[in-house]
Amino acid sequence: MITAITRRGALSILTLLLLSMVVFAGGQLLPGDVGRSILGPLADARAVAALNHQLGTDAPPALMYLRWIGALLHGDMGMSYAYRSPVAPFILHALAKSAALAAVTSVTVVPLAIAGGIIAGLNHGRWPDRVITLGGLSLTVVPEFVSGILLILVFGVWLRWLPISANTRPGTGALEQLRHLILPALPLVLILFGYIARIARAGMVEALEADYTRTARLKGLGRRSVIFGHVLRNALLPTITVIAAQTSYLLGGLVVVETLFRYQGIGSLILTAARGKDYPMMEAGILTVGLAYILSAVIADMLIAALDPRNRAGGR
Amino acid sequence: MLKRLAAPGFVTGLGIVLFWVLCALFGPWLEPQNPYADDLMNALAPPSAAHWFGTDQIGRDIFSRIIAGARPILSVAPAATLLATLCGTTLGLITGYAGGWVDALLSRLIEVILALPLIVVALLVLVALGPSSLNVTVVIALVFTPIIARTVRAAVLAECKLDYVPAAQLRHEGALHIMFVEILPNILPPILVEVTVRLGYAIFTVASLSFLGFGVQPPSPDWGLAIAENYGLIVGGYGWTVGFAALATASLVVGVNMVAEGLQDALR
Repeated sequence: MITAITRRGALSILTLLLLSMVVFAGGQLLPGDVGRSILGPLADARAVAALNHQLGTDAPPALMYLRWIGALLHGDMGMSYAYRSPVAPFILHALAKSAALAAVTSVTVVPLAIAGGIIAGLNHGRWPDRVITLGGLSLTVVPEFVSGILLILVFGVWLRWLPISANTRPGTGALEQLRHLILPALPLVLILFGYIARIARAGMVEALEADYTRTARLKGLGRRSVIFGHVLRNALLPTITVIAAQTSYLLGGLVVVETLFRYQGIGSLILTAARGKDYPMMEAGILTVGLAYILSAVIADMLIAALDPRNRAGGR
Repeated sequence: MLKRLAAPGFVTGLGIVLFWVLCALFGPWLEPQNPYADDLMNALAPPSAAHWFGTDQIGRDIFSRIIAGARPILSVAPAATLLATLCGTTLGLITGYAGGWVDALLSRLIEVILALPLIVVALLVLVALGPSSLNVTVVIALVFTPIIARTVRAAVLAECKLDYVPAAQLRHEGALHIMFVEILPNILPPILVEVTVRLGYAIFTVASLSFLGFGVQPPSPDWGLAIAENYGLIVGGYGWTVGFAALATASLVVGVNMVAEGLQDALR
């Protein structure tokens, strides 16, 4: 168990390190001349050289990478080119806003999708199963901005049930703020529902056909106590992995949804930085997203290890 | 197998996809008006007999632009999928058959790529290379290649346990011959399913990148771009400027997904 966790931790750090290299390569090496790309093609060569020297982007790539990584380890995410101030406060502020949106999404979709998966699994092959499986699968492939637009048109413009904007004036109550997050969260909920429900359903079908379920039934246990005592616990384990894996998608979906609803989260921060060629901001944002994903994967692994008695014994 | 392909979901999906493919191929003959011609006197006109889906900010006929918009998305997404399939299949065959460190390296690479959302990887590369259809194609192919390679690798590993592979090795066939002539034809079904699934995600990503401004550029009639250009007008009540483009995109992705699901069921 201990060795398994150490191994998992080491692999995560390796992944993070590779990720930082990819982000660095994309953010600092691919653009080539950073000063030129900021000042434009018409700028004077001396001005470009001066800016590159000032930004430290005239150093050899390996040195630039080490400087960047060293500063990051000290909590210094660098200076934004666009705002001429440290990147970190922007990241933290945006992260808090995205976390709120992600929380509303998760709190809505996880119980809903698990319930959907359980209902589909219990009705294996009958119409509720088909509606949930096919409907869920179709929704997972519709891009967020597409379902977002349709939801805005129906619930925001036509029925006028929900506010179109995700932003609230300062001093708005928590409940009202929450109401503003419903419409932005819905496109993410629609996509995640299908994935999570499908795995929950597959887990249910498998657990319902397993030997231990038959044994429990033959022991004379009622349907209810078989399902709650034996089936659910085993059926939902794989679902946790899928929920963690979907965190990666969720973080990407935020870029689109936050843009559509003009919400100042980490996704729209990355996009704004990308559009404005604010490389330090973009790199810090992307690395934060990657870190969030890797952390959620590790937490999911630990949860599964804690819940599955087979993992507790010796460890694989 | 053909009988199972006659399932209603597959046929409906195929119908939707064929409809958009026809629009992409024969758009210029189907459009009632020039999708690029502006008419400022009739800007933002609601749907009517003259303009079935209304007009946009500079008076272009939205119905014609929806038909014309099938072409950009149906050229970039399949091209990216095809490129990724060729690279991914080759890579998967090599890693599955060779094993060892090549295999270990690939698994690590996949983990890194999967640690970042596809849209974010695409942004990272497109900021550096500049937004264009060609770059979008290359980026999506780049990300899909290891994912397809993983599917192919798993299929190759299963095939290598069957008798015909050691038999070919005993005949002293070359590794290339075994990989591409002996194994490849036997793993085509899972590759086909993976390709249709990937195509759905490619369309998803191409549309999202257009919406974010990193895909095809104006004045292309692309659906994602149309939504990006006009969604600020929703509050003003001009819903038709984005609603039809959203419905078109949704129908295409759902159609491709239904085809993918149908294939998966039929080949299982």
